[in-house]
Amino acid sequence: MAVELSGILEHVDRIAELDLEGVEPTSHVVELENVLRADEPHERLDREVALAPAPDPAEGAFRVPSPQAEG
Amino acid sequence: MADLLELTAAEAHEAMAAGDLSPVEYTEAWATAAAGDELNAYLWRNGNGDGGAIAVEEPRQAPIAVKDIFCTEGVPTTAGSRILEGYRPAYTATSVRRLIEAGAPILGKTNMDEFAMGSSNENSAYGPVLNPWDRSRVPGGSSGGSAAAVAGGLAPWAIGTDTGGSIRQPAALCGIVGLKPTYGAISRYGMIAFASSLDQCGPLTRDVRDAALLLSILQGHDPCDSTSVGLEQGPNLPDREDLDGLRFAVPAGLARDAIEPGVRAVFEATLEKIEQLGGEIVEASLPHAEHGISAYYVIAPAEASANLARYDGVRYGMRAEDSGDLIEMYEATRDQGFGAEVKRRIMLGTYALSSGYYDAYYGQAQKVRTKIAADFSAAFDRFDFVVTPTSPSVAFGLGEKTDDPLAMYLNDFFTVPMSLAGIPAISIPVGLVEPGGGGPQLPVGFQIAAPAFAEQKMLEAAYALEQAIGFGTRPSGAPFLGIDQIRRTGSDGSDADG
Repeated sequence: MAVELSGILEHVDRIAELDLEGVEPTSHVVELENVLRADEPHERLDREVALAPAPDPAEGAFRVPSPQAEG
Repeated sequence: MADLLELTAAEAHEAMAAGDLSPVEYTEAWATAAAGDELNAYLWRNGNGDGGAIAVEEPRQAPIAVKDIFCTEGVPTTAGSRILEGYRPAYTATSVRRLIEAGAPILGKTNMDEFAMGSSNENSAYGPVLNPWDRSRVPGGSSGGSAAAVAGGLAPWAIGTDTGGSIRQPAALCGIVGLKPTYGAISRYGMIAFASSLDQCGPLTRDVRDAALLLSILQGHDPCDSTSVGLEQGPNLPDREDLDGLRFAVPAGLARDAIEPGVRAVFEATLEKIEQLGGEIVEASLPHAEHGISAYYVIAPAEASANLARYDGVRYGMRAEDSGDLIEMYEATRDQGFGAEVKRRIMLGTYALSSGYYDAYYGQAQKVRTKIAADFSAAFDRFDFVVTPTSPSVAFGLGEKTDDPLAMYLNDFFTVPMSLAGIPAISIPVGLVEPGGGGPQLPVGFQIAAPAFAEQKMLEAAYALEQAIGFGTRPSGAPFLGIDQIRRTGSDGSDADG
């Protein structure tokens, strides 16, 4: 994996040689103006439905192992 | 039944609207065809009793295959990953909802490279897809299952996603049409994210008219995706027969050495065909396009590393069992759930975004992106389209490039620049060549790129070219007659030589 990653980074490093001083970085490709929508309630997923795909839903929440190692 | 399957999706739609074709009979014929999948193209088929079903009230469009990257309520959605095994989303992607509302029954969910990372479909956790033209070869990727399904006669049409070429390249390698729309033309809501600034849904179809019809169903603004804008209208079914007055630009230099001789020959012949149709071939300078792969393999992994952070065994899919405390559970889940390519890209992405490297990698790549978009913009001031081969090679053998990720990445050389620029591009099949080393003839794709939101114009040109070339709406008679027929042709040829 390390050898592969080095090979990829070597290829990628070619862009470091380009002089792009003063070029604006792209954050979004299509020109869009920001818009605001009315703050109105919409349909939402029920809590149970939203939790159903989780591996271990419990008591209306996502249950996870303790953050502290046992013993 | 074979006659029914010969219809293109647009023909079937017209026949159903006119009352000449029974939607139920037509849909069942395709469900039967899909059930005969020997290509590993489907991960889930609708109505096979395994894991829910997706209903359409009144079928009036051809049934469709959906890449398994689109969330479907209550129906398994894996994105080709082990980490989403058993995941059944609570909601349906806007694209799929639009298909259902348009009356297109869902045939099934198609195989893909894990999280759409790959160009051969070999990165699927559920096994590779086979190319219907030669089952020892890859179908391309990441939408390999969708492309193989359409080319292999397992679906009349399909949707996929394209981040750096994942619709166009498999379409080319499977001899069908693939269209990546302008970024924002189709909602990404419910489409499992890989690289959010690049991901676009799009059609994989037998011909250009079907691509136009499917795009007209899918496109549109969606309040659930703030980056979606839709197209102004249509697109309408194209009907242009000439290319008079249109200027097609070939990138200067075009890395001709990197293109296989067979692909190059078909590409040159296609340029001649354009001229015969009244089009003009010119050369355009796109000096930064050659840095597309480098910029892409910074930007896409960087965005992926952020997007994939959500798979931690807490909210969806699998969780590693008996894995100790919370942190150990995260680590074990990701270690077991992600495949090698996904891990590779997460590492690349986190590295590129890390403190001290951000400007050199991500910042610089975003600037290259600006330059690539500016190159295209300058070209489109003078010319109508930019054209290239879709892929530098025909379909390669299974396992041929899996040990060399960089060689695999370079397969996207011609498709990545358009993705970075956010512009639409279509791949159409333009010929067959015998691969180096022999074997059945394989399709070659021709890519036409257009300015943002110029899909209609692009479709008209692609249609005129498609009609003149006559590759066929049924790729050489494949899937139903074709696969065997092509095989026979191949072996007959070698017999004659021997």
